[in-house]
Amino acid sequence: MPRARKQNKKAVLVIEDGRTFQGTSFGAEGETLGEVVFNTSMTGYQEILCDPSYNGQLVTMTYPHIGNTGINPTDIESRGVQTAGFVVRECTRNHSNWRTTAGLDEYLREAAVVGIEGIDTRALTLHIREKGAMKGIISTVDFNYETLMNKLYKYPGLVGQDLVKNVSTVKSYLFAPGAEPEDIADYYDYTVGRPGQMPAGREQNGRGDDLYVVAIDCGIKYNIPRMLSLFGCRVIVVPASYSAAQIMSLNPDGLFISNGPGDPQGVPYVIATLQAILTHHTDLPVFGICLGQQLLALAYGGKTYKLKFGHRGANHPVKDLATGKIEVTTQNHGFCVAGDKDENGVWHVDDCPELEVTHLNLNDMTIEGFRHRTNPVFSVQYHPEASAGPHDSWYLFQRFVDSIAARKQQRAEAETAPA
Amino acid sequence: MPKRTDIKKIMIVGSGPIIIGQACEFDYSGTQACKALRDEGYEVVLVNSNPATIMTDPETAERVYLEPLVPEVVAKIIEKERPDALLSTMGGQTGLNISVALAESGVLDRFGVELIGAKLEAIKKAEDRELFGNAMKKIGLDLINGDYARNMEQARAVAAKIGFPVIIRPSFTLGGSGGGHADNIEQFEQAAKWGIDMSPISEILIEESVLGWKEYELEVMRDLKDNVVIICSIENFDPMGIHTGDSITVAPAQTLTDKEYQRMRDASLAVIREIGVETGGSNIQFAVHPETGRLVIIEMNPRVSRSSALASKATGFPIAKFAAKLSVGLTLDEIPNDITKQTPASFEPTIDYVVTKIPRFTFDKFPGTDDTLSVQMKSVGEVMAIGRTFKESLQKALRGLETNRYGLGADGREVAYPDKLEEELRRPNSERLFYIRHALREGWEPEKIHAVSGIDPWFLWQIKEIVEMEERLEKLRSKSGLNADVLREAKRMGFSDYQIGHLTGIDELEIRALRKSRGVQAVFKRVDTCGGEFEAHTPYLYSTYESEDEAWPTRRKKVIILGGGPNRIGQGIEFDYCCVQAAFALKEEGYESIMVNSNPETVSTDYDTSDRLYFEPVTLEDVLNIVDIEKPDGVIVQFGGQTPLKLAEALEQQGVPIIGTQPSSIDLAEDRERFGKLLIELGIEHPDYGIAYDERQACKIAGRIGYPVLVRPSYVLGGQSMVIVYDEDSLRRYMKSAMDASLGKSVLIDRYLENAIEVDVDAICDGQRTVIGGIMQHIEEAGIHSGDSACVMPPISLDEEVMAALRKATGELARALNVIGLLNIQYAVKDKIIYVLEVNPRASRTAPYVSKTIGISLPKLAAKVMIGRKLDELGFAKERSFEHISIKESVLPFIKFPNVDILLGPEMKSTGEVIGMDRSFGLAYAKAQMSAGNALPVEGMVAVSLCDHDKENLLPSVAKLAEMGFEIYATGGTHDFLKGKGVQCEMVYKVGEGDPNIVDLISGKKVSLLINTPSDDKSLFDALAMRRAALTSAIPYVTTKAAAIAAVEGIEALRNGEIEVTSLQEYNA
Repeated sequence: MPRARKQNKKAVLVIEDGRTFQGTSFGAEGETLGEVVFNTSMTGYQEILCDPSYNGQLVTMTYPHIGNTGINPTDIESRGVQTAGFVVRECTRNHSNWRTTAGLDEYLREAAVVGIEGIDTRALTLHIREKGAMKGIISTVDFNYETLMNKLYKYPGLVGQDLVKNVSTVKSYLFAPGAEPEDIADYYDYTVGRPGQMPAGREQNGRGDDLYVVAIDCGIKYNIPRMLSLFGCRVIVVPASYSAAQIMSLNPDGLFISNGPGDPQGVPYVIATLQAILTHHTDLPVFGICLGQQLLALAYGGKTYKLKFGHRGANHPVKDLATGKIEVTTQNHGFCVAGDKDENGVWHVDDCPELEVTHLNLNDMTIEGFRHRTNPVFSVQYHPEASAGPHDSWYLFQRFVDSIAARKQQRAEAETAPA
Repeated sequence: MPKRTDIKKIMIVGSGPIIIGQACEFDYSGTQACKALRDEGYEVVLVNSNPATIMTDPETAERVYLEPLVPEVVAKIIEKERPDALLSTMGGQTGLNISVALAESGVLDRFGVELIGAKLEAIKKAEDRELFGNAMKKIGLDLINGDYARNMEQARAVAAKIGFPVIIRPSFTLGGSGGGHADNIEQFEQAAKWGIDMSPISEILIEESVLGWKEYELEVMRDLKDNVVIICSIENFDPMGIHTGDSITVAPAQTLTDKEYQRMRDASLAVIREIGVETGGSNIQFAVHPETGRLVIIEMNPRVSRSSALASKATGFPIAKFAAKLSVGLTLDEIPNDITKQTPASFEPTIDYVVTKIPRFTFDKFPGTDDTLSVQMKSVGEVMAIGRTFKESLQKALRGLETNRYGLGADGREVAYPDKLEEELRRPNSERLFYIRHALREGWEPEKIHAVSGIDPWFLWQIKEIVEMEERLEKLRSKSGLNADVLREAKRMGFSDYQIGHLTGIDELEIRALRKSRGVQAVFKRVDTCGGEFEAHTPYLYSTYESEDEAWPTRRKKVIILGGGPNRIGQGIEFDYCCVQAAFALKEEGYESIMVNSNPETVSTDYDTSDRLYFEPVTLEDVLNIVDIEKPDGVIVQFGGQTPLKLAEALEQQGVPIIGTQPSSIDLAEDRERFGKLLIELGIEHPDYGIAYDERQACKIAGRIGYPVLVRPSYVLGGQSMVIVYDEDSLRRYMKSAMDASLGKSVLIDRYLENAIEVDVDAICDGQRTVIGGIMQHIEEAGIHSGDSACVMPPISLDEEVMAALRKATGELARALNVIGLLNIQYAVKDKIIYVLEVNPRASRTAPYVSKTIGISLPKLAAKVMIGRKLDELGFAKERSFEHISIKESVLPFIKFPNVDILLGPEMKSTGEVIGMDRSFGLAYAKAQMSAGNALPVEGMVAVSLCDHDKENLLPSVAKLAEMGFEIYATGGTHDFLKGKGVQCEMVYKVGEGDPNIVDLISGKKVSLLINTPSDDKSLFDALAMRRAALTSAIPYVTTKAAAIAAVEGIEALRNGEIEVTSLQEYNA
């Protein structure tokens, strides 16, 4: 079988502080701007490419061989490639895997996403680590430093921008497990290590149709409704622009707020929606992931800030403060909820006395999760749905399902109880 | 969870001698464990029989016992030391088996010792295949179909049920010993019987063959809070069917998507929890069907392993060190990551490079064995290389392998390729990589090679890129074509300067100069566990060709130590011991120590050992790159064995400051002609010799000297191709093969001193004073390679006059050769005359054994001497005297090579060594034999078969055995002789003479000791069968006269007194 070969066409990456990396082109030719970030995951480049949270970013993979397993139809996390550009040490032309249907190079070309390879990605990573995430431009057409720097100067970057509108669904849709790729079940075998068990929602509710969850799509990864469904929920995904009234008219048993790209302060309309729901429906179970957590914190009056270079990878240790157990987590965020530790060593979310910190990142002691002290509201900064990444945090879906089921039961009891 | 305060004293059991399947990696893990536990404030009692280990240094543990690793002896140490806990998971399979035996026999309970690391139940669940299978089914994991058999009848039934092909795995064996593969019933009959014989519980597992499936390993760690992390994923280049120790392996896994990898990770977490390994590291192996993705679990090791050593070096995450800390109750989040300092150990390392490990084979040592690889491990060492791409790491590993190759071919060292290329690609063998290259050059497509070999196409396409680059370079053939772009591209694919030079017809050093002038230079990147996310505080470095360098050398006074590369027969852990001691010495002297080595099993490649570690092939090019950036004050070449020595001259020519004994002296000692003149000047005797450059000359010289003669090619290590020749015909035959091995140089012909006593002397010289470290008398007579011979300190049959002569000659030679550092001289003593056989002005294989015996580290002193210190000021102005007897015995790998004879000769064959120490020769010898797995019996039946010239000499010993109540069985001639001398004995038939014959007797395990000294015609089938039977039936045996005499003395000592245990600290108090 004849395979693709490297083209050896020039490409350049210029960063806003002037540092330049000369490499070669792969994927589409042309020019692209974005925030230069790095991801340290050794697997899962396909999931990363189509994770909507990477919208507007030039993603650098620290692992040098990218593309080894090609692209397959199962491992997608959204409609298509979401990154603004892709930076690797070496793009594999001759992939190998029994599920592969295409190569990375052609996949990016078809998606019109510009890539650069052959550069010292470790040098780039260390540079970002030292200087922080910066704007960058990849070009295969313009090699003039002045004009490239000029284009960078004009590019607004991510802070304060609404990137959610680029990636959120236009229309609401019901997530149908039946429409999933056939082989997906092989990779989410809940029974491994839990002989004979099923997720509780499934056990209690059969197909789980009566645990009805509305998921606000700020850039949701497919694996989130997939996991909710695995744990027994019926999921309707709605646009981020849905109002509180629109959402509550669906009469959900639980509300989910998804991950998504960019600055949470760029989407005040979602914060407003959340404030309305959280104020008026205090018994509604709510679960937020990543951007979802940041939006919840803002809705409760908290603050968010931009991390120096963010957390992107699949190996971050997070401690569950309640149990003391460590989870190895998938992370992808450049912004973070502000919080601190008091003199007694107790962590809090700044300006949010009603929130309690539940999870901490052990690498840099940033807030990774919180819950409301009285209401069934909780969230995490990392990605329990993983994909790519470890499955250590599936229990959070269980926790969400449990709180939905508890509320349903309370309501049922309240209805049948004598007045 | 804070560490436990209810335990204070912890025992660690080591893994004993280096054998195939169990090498330096357990010195690395054990040493790390000792350090970690002592850092936490625990007292450590260490037991190991291998003197060539860092862990058995008196500084490593409070109490170090160099005693036999057998349950009875370890029980005595427990009784004496009363540890609170036994850490079972650091000493490989040996350590684990002893822990199990002590737990099961009730010794641990009796003395209140808690098993930590892995509990008995967990060990059994992981090790017993039936329990393991049930556990895996319980947690929903898929297994290979198979069943157990305890006899041939059962075995046939299982095979009939599963269908061929099948794999046979014996229970409870090490390194897969006795494993096999069968495509049909004929092969099955043989393989199944062999497996049943090999298993200590006579049990085999017969399984559906997963030959050709993809193979993976995950290294997992768990703490007492049930936190579990994966340290590293490893993908085997060679598909299933080859022991993972014999497979080329790559980290991280290359050809799995995240979904496939996470499924494996989920399974690993479930496995370690279900098996119940409470704390520490485990290794879990999986197979994946290449077309369907079916995932099956193969096995789990509930302890640190060779793979965990590799994973530690590959990621920078020290598994054994952390496993030790977890075993006393610390949790992963309480342990800081060594490298980043800021972040905790409770994460999963991620790497931004590719690691390739290639096994090192020594089939050339065992003529008649074929190099087909299977489920039984045969490699003796391994090399690891780090590169930014697979291509780079593969070629770096190949040039670090010490097989005279400079990468994946393209170095003018191609062997003749057979016509049966397809067969060589199908058959797993030690040269398969080169056949793949050849096939690609012949135009084979990777898919076709994949179809034949089962190797994943991804790897083959990567290799094809290397071959395409080779073909591009080949076309250039000029300097002008070698522009910066081409050079950089080639270097990024791992091409060495030598290869580029060979392909373009330019000298290696010219290529080096050319590329440097074009700005193509190696840079060094750090191994940091985190893909660059956090700053690395540990200078653990590898070279690559990128834009940014992270070496950041210091301005301290510094010395580079060149390591020994992969273990092989003749060069093993002893040299690593010396290199590590040098690093310690430099640290003590305030110098920065910089280690360069490529062997992932070793203590030297622990980033904690030296101030800076370069994990690099030990070749001229790679060393010069490091010298360029570090600009050291000195480079030590005399500690790493032959590997760095070979570079000494070239390094010196490049202006590299070699410290200690100068290369010219080393060269002088190796050059027999010049050295012979020196000996004459000094008036020191040496066996008459000559140097022959062809067959005719050889015959002439031998005629002059007189037969028998010892012949060997010059410039070889470990006595390769060295034999004793008794007549001219044999000499002529020999010359052909010898001329090949000497790489176009010459053949040495020495007078063979029959019945001489061989002596090794290790000494140290500071340029003025020479101090003897130890004088060792070989137990076997001259003619058996010193590396294989047992030896004893102090000598037992040399008088003061001879000893004085040895000391004097040693001092004179040290001065004459201007030795600064270590010196080893081999002498033969015959009729009170001492003859010099060989002088090695460098660290010798015996340096650690002598150091342990006298309680002083010779290599450490030597390193200090090399940077200008004097022995007087270092407190080593004179030879140490000591009261005890210390015996070194070699350990041989014959069991792994079917049909190979077990006799010793001038060519070294041992893989490792043990020490036996006691107050008397007999007990020390008995302990050494016990440690070497050849425990002497105190009663029973002895089979004796002696060659004519040994009969008289051994009469007293055999008579003694009979006197002690042993039943003596002897073959024809020996029987008649013994009877004639009045020794009570029974006649036993040789094979073919009648029943029962001696082989039946041995195979039936009726014999408790075999004494067989072979006649000159060693090829006699009968004698060979007898010796092989003893080997495979695990019957103790001796094959030399000297060993037989010593054995009888040992037996007598064992019968007269009980074995006592004494620590190194007590011996040298």
